[in-house]
Amino acid sequence: MPELAPIPVLDAGQDRTMILNMGPQHPSTHGVLRVILEIDGETVLRIMPDIGYLHTGIEKTCEAKFYQQVVPLTDRIDYLCPLTNNLCYCLAVEKLLDLDIPPKAQWMRVLLNELTRINSHLVWLGTHALDLGAMTVFLYCFREREDILRLFEAVSGQRMMTSYFRIGGLALEPPLDFLGRVRDFARRFPAKVDEYENLLTANPIWLMRTKGVARLTAEDAVALGASGPTLRASGVDFDLRRDMPYSSYEQFRFEVPVAQEGDVFARYICRVRELRESNKIVEQALAGMPEGPIKAEAPKVVLPDREKMKTQMEALIYHFKIITEGFSVPAGEVYQAVESPRGEMGYYVVSDGTAKPYRVHMRAACLANLQALPAMCEGRLIADVVAAIGSIDIVLGEIDR
Amino acid sequence: MSLRPAITDLEMLKEHPAVACLLANLPSSIEAAKFDRDEMSLYVVRSSIREACALLRDHSSCRFNFLSDVTAVDWYPSEPRFEVIYHLLSIPQKERVRLKVRLGGAGPSLDSVTSIWPAANFFEREVYDLFGIRFLAHPYLRRIQMPENWEGHPLRKDYPVEGYR
Repeated sequence: MPELAPIPVLDAGQDRTMILNMGPQHPSTHGVLRVILEIDGETVLRIMPDIGYLHTGIEKTCEAKFYQQVVPLTDRIDYLCPLTNNLCYCLAVEKLLDLDIPPKAQWMRVLLNELTRINSHLVWLGTHALDLGAMTVFLYCFREREDILRLFEAVSGQRMMTSYFRIGGLALEPPLDFLGRVRDFARRFPAKVDEYENLLTANPIWLMRTKGVARLTAEDAVALGASGPTLRASGVDFDLRRDMPYSSYEQFRFEVPVAQEGDVFARYICRVRELRESNKIVEQALAGMPEGPIKAEAPKVVLPDREKMKTQMEALIYHFKIITEGFSVPAGEVYQAVESPRGEMGYYVVSDGTAKPYRVHMRAACLANLQALPAMCEGRLIADVVAAIGSIDIVLGEIDR
Repeated sequence: MSLRPAITDLEMLKEHPAVACLLANLPSSIEAAKFDRDEMSLYVVRSSIREACALLRDHSSCRFNFLSDVTAVDWYPSEPRFEVIYHLLSIPQKERVRLKVRLGGAGPSLDSVTSIWPAANFFEREVYDLFGIRFLAHPYLRRIQMPENWEGHPLRKDYPVEGYR
């Protein structure tokens, strides 16, 4: 396969160029991204993302809620990985409260987070391939995604907006057959990844559309704040799960896929290998799942079990107080970052000592990754913009919040 | 739940690479420091934020090469009203530090760090949009989340939460 030479930027006069709007309703912009392109023929001279179409003011809303009421809001930020949002927010508040989370809850969180990563990467792979003209992959990916959504439904009662992690642990004990069902999925899944790879990795059309397209150098990636697979595909070996572990990730063995080329294909390879690594983490979590409680021992913060509430006066009182007036959190501030499927997701939570957060700010991985789009696309063809947008795996809910 | 109290004595925090680096090379830039819940916060003088950031990025002892986030907090009605907050990450050293700049409520502004990290572009636009803090020498300081013709800055504490504006 010959390497595609980059297309030179034409020195166009004012009258040669044209401004083209892509989005916010364009199907390849994955939601409501609007991109303003200055083009000369098919060549993109300048590109400017325009966002904010999905801005709902979640950060402001959080300030009017009790700490525990913020959890369902976090699902709606990055709607492809709700559990990662839940985890990041809960970890931040738990750090403010200095809570110790029992091992079983931590391992369940890791397990579900990796299932979420697989889920999110499947949506990415399906839609990205669809953008570039490979329809079959989409159907295959959504077949497996359906299995994962059923697992989420079994554990939390919801397919997408799970809100399963709570401050201090988990919302519910997982159903009895849950781990068995996950085990069944994890056993089948590697063969499915082979199936996707059979369709794409050596497919000449796929290679033509992705190899050498939308390059991002390591220096640019770091300077522009890109993170996650976008950063690792440019050759920077950094993964928060391994390098700054949280929620007992230090007890798991996994590899961090890194590629050097920094093009669309490198980002594809990184994510596909991450699918396999996440599956390995799921298997390890299943094999070593500890026994024990799923909630921290903190009656003033964690809701009591239903049974206790019906038999013990104190439990009933605590339940009433948590629901009606929340729980106060010692004053302070915390920045908690986790590795979401798209990169560094960070929650900055400021407490003033009351039952409502003074400020909640989300660091959106996609917002920073999107800034790398001009560096990737300028001087290339319009068709490559579609490939580039797909390859950074944007979720507008997270960008606009 | 037994929280350790925050350490605010600069002498005790000298070993942190960011503190050591700033004390050695730009001592006038640090106003105060706080180490709380395993996180280091440094209060930086408004006029030297850009210098401090450049130093922290380039100095061989810390190399905070990655700007994670820029945001702000409104402490209305107390003064100084705003805090602009930078979260820096050192990828080689796997270390974080938080820089804070305090700003008064009347016409808040400070230097942009986009020349140091292009990543600051969208983050600073968002802070400008939602808090009304101006970043000087920013290449494209326009609203990013709210519509262009929006009045007011929604994340300010005196911005109404409900009802008509």
